[in-house]
Amino acid sequence: MKLELRGITKTFGALVANDHIDLTVEPGEIHCLLGENGAGKSTLMNVLYGLYQADGGEILLDDAVQHFAGPGDAMAAGIGMVHQHFMLIPVFTVAENVMLGHEQTRAGGLLDLPAARAKVKEISERFGFDVDPDALVDELPVGVQQRVEIIKALSRDARVLVFDEPTAVLTPQETDELMQIMRQLRDAGTAIVFITHKLREVREVADRITVMRLGKVVGEAQPTATNAELASLMVGRAVELTVHKEEPTLGEEALVVENLTVVDHIGQLVVNDVSFSVRRGEILAIAGVQGNGQTELTEALVGLQPRVTGRISLDGRELTGASVRKILDAGVGFVPEDRNEDGLVGEFTIAENLMLDRSTGKPFVKAATLQLGYRADFAREKVAEFDVRTPSIETKVGRLSGGNQQKVVLARELSRDLTLFVAAQPTRGVDVGSIEFIHKRIVETRDSGVPVIVVSTELDEVAALADRIMVMYRGRIVGIVPGNTPRDVLGLMMAGEAPTSEGVAA
Amino acid sequence: MSTTTENTAPAPTPAPVVVLAKTVITSWKAPVAFLVFTLAMFALAIFGARPGDTTFRLSSPADAIQLPEVVVPSAPTVWVVAILLAVVTIVSAAMVRAQKRVPLWLIVIFAVLFMFGFLTWAAAGSSLPMIGLLFGSLSLAVPLIYGSLAGVIGERVGVVNIAIESQLLAGAFTAAVVASVTGNLWLGVIAAMVAGVLVAMVLAVFAIRYLVDQVIVGVVLNVLVVGLTSFFYSQVLVPNAAVLNAPPRFERLPIPLLGDIPIIGPVLFKQTIIVYIMYVAVAAVYVGLFHTKWGLRLRAVGEHPQAADTVGIKVNKTRFWNVALAGAIAGLGGTFFTIGTGIAFNKEMTAGAGYIALAAVIFGQWDPIKATLAALLFGFASNLQNTLSVIGSPVPSEFMLMLPYVVTIFAVAGLVGKVRPPAASGKPYVKS
Repeated sequence: MKLELRGITKTFGALVANDHIDLTVEPGEIHCLLGENGAGKSTLMNVLYGLYQADGGEILLDDAVQHFAGPGDAMAAGIGMVHQHFMLIPVFTVAENVMLGHEQTRAGGLLDLPAARAKVKEISERFGFDVDPDALVDELPVGVQQRVEIIKALSRDARVLVFDEPTAVLTPQETDELMQIMRQLRDAGTAIVFITHKLREVREVADRITVMRLGKVVGEAQPTATNAELASLMVGRAVELTVHKEEPTLGEEALVVENLTVVDHIGQLVVNDVSFSVRRGEILAIAGVQGNGQTELTEALVGLQPRVTGRISLDGRELTGASVRKILDAGVGFVPEDRNEDGLVGEFTIAENLMLDRSTGKPFVKAATLQLGYRADFAREKVAEFDVRTPSIETKVGRLSGGNQQKVVLARELSRDLTLFVAAQPTRGVDVGSIEFIHKRIVETRDSGVPVIVVSTELDEVAALADRIMVMYRGRIVGIVPGNTPRDVLGLMMAGEAPTSEGVAA
Repeated sequence: MSTTTENTAPAPTPAPVVVLAKTVITSWKAPVAFLVFTLAMFALAIFGARPGDTTFRLSSPADAIQLPEVVVPSAPTVWVVAILLAVVTIVSAAMVRAQKRVPLWLIVIFAVLFMFGFLTWAAAGSSLPMIGLLFGSLSLAVPLIYGSLAGVIGERVGVVNIAIESQLLAGAFTAAVVASVTGNLWLGVIAAMVAGVLVAMVLAVFAIRYLVDQVIVGVVLNVLVVGLTSFFYSQVLVPNAAVLNAPPRFERLPIPLLGDIPIIGPVLFKQTIIVYIMYVAVAAVYVGLFHTKWGLRLRAVGEHPQAADTVGIKVNKTRFWNVALAGAIAGLGGTFFTIGTGIAFNKEMTAGAGYIALAAVIFGQWDPIKATLAALLFGFASNLQNTLSVIGSPVPSEFMLMLPYVVTIFAVAGLVGKVRPPAASGKPYVKS
């Protein structure tokens, strides 16, 4: 089926998320929609899928104008979507999720689960998936959950399939498999829209590329275009894709972690007997697919996990079981994975957020009174130093873009005297321009002699920053390898395969 | 807290599946709670020893099959029970030490033993009508069960139904008035359901359409309905009580054969039609929630409304009509207070049953069957207090009045374990 969008416009208040977007996707074509976070790609697809109503423009399928009042209409017309945040009910089984919304029933109005199971099996076999129809979605790994999403769309005979940032949660191997599935679908005549901001994937799989920036289509590109060309189209200026850094000047071992184990509330060993150390002046990158224990490991380092055994020491000081306050006072800086949830108070101003973890005494508080003058000076200085684009220091942090929010977190954490800096997913949901800046600051922190831990699921980021790379899988360390380890080795390690012996000697 | 490792095998295969090794998290809560109750039983045996025998009457004179009375010597029995409780406590402690969870059946054994010991002690020197105790428990539980069904449906679809109390009260009021005026019980039932639906629709409109905090709307509705019914009661019903507030009652309908089964028969099957409808309602809600299209969509909306939306389910419409349905069920439950028992309407006669029903929903883990069992437990605790004060127990009645609530707190806090409520319960769904 041929999909055509003509002049789609969608505004949210004063923000124009989509400004007269034209897009044509032919059947049997993988059409990449490339753009930064906030470029309006997801909004466009939500309009296509009937989740949002467009303020202008029309949607055509096989040259017939469509009017979608809701996703039900879009699905009936043959549009399927694999959402970035899976639209699956975690407490339902695979079969229940697949049947939801177009349930078949037996006598007495009872659900016809056998039919749903058969459907799941049939589609799974067609594409070589291994999906158990009776498994609870909650208990499935993300890669499999994504397949359930694909099965869900295919079970409704989708002829246009939209993949919204599908690779964000996958290992490199899973990504390759997904690309294979997309090619298979394309060859069967499905029109595919592939939304992403990862250049490598685009060049690998796309038949055509449309680039969006700030709600507008800014150009088309061929899959043969170079990374630099695509990046500059996406950002609107030439972008530095590599981080300049010197060889590390290594100091003594600062952070020593021995036999650390973290147990979650249902008894899973999310971090399983982990030992490693970080020296002054080096960046240890922790790589791995989301959910393999990196989050819990960093939280354990700053005292945020309740069930921790093992030993953590920093510069010889025992930090095992210490309170968060004590750990912060020991000089640990922490950029949490989810800045909106754990890093910032959205309703507080920039100035307030900058002193969040320093409310216990001087210089921000004297005699139980906030030193507003000092705070304002401090905030102005940091806003300038970290290039936070904001109308004022009294702006609420929730109003800032992701990149500027992250700079506020970074400014707060780096403005203390640090003995250890832990940054989890420092550039997630951050625009390319800010990524350059954040990476530069992380390297500067290292060069000032602070041991740095960076957790990232993006191999590009790991490769750009790391002096050494520690790969985690199922809560364990697969291996610690040098920073220049090739991508495919890292990919295998992220799937749990231990590196060959020469790589381990880092 | 302590842990052991069950499976620490490394994972060399390059499967893209994240399966984490597991341990068992054990908790000392159960043994500690057991210890407290065991000590209490020993205290009764030592300091509160009461002479005489305790008689448990297992059938009432009207029953077809008469069971013999069970007579036990009070003081020695309490001692035996206390020792047995101590044994159970030690077993549970040993299990926790061995890194095992304390199983539910052990908790049930402990609870039954404790209750037997307590009843033996409290009724020393007199006889305890077990049929009356259980029958009364079920009766007191009827509005709670209807209310908890309404609560389960509401929360499962994503709307916290604090207004159960007002739906019960509105049902009780309209049932009494309509049945009194028309003389037709079934018209009273229908009127009660309509009243429940109307109250629920007010909740639904404010919670779903206007996104007002659901708990606040619910509480306001409860206060509003108390005010309205009290006003009409004193201004209209009292002056014309003979016409407007003299409801007929549903007579008991003993079911042949089933009603003759010892103990169970007289308790479960010599009830009114309202109770029989309740049995059907519990089964219907259970089957409906977990085995029909209606239930699948309802639960989807309460767990992940956006996901439901993306497969074409109208989230807010689903919520609205199911909250209305819950109102009908709660309204039906309200009839039990008036035409179900033949009592005239009185001010605030539901006396917080709606809130207890809500506790039963949580205690029952948002499951209609478990919520029913929880409601029965609360009914039992309430009726125990009635029965003991009738036979002249040494426990002050004020103390016994606390019992249902103490049971609630212990049950919810300690022994149930962690259960996840419907993920979107109480959260309005707003589309951009």
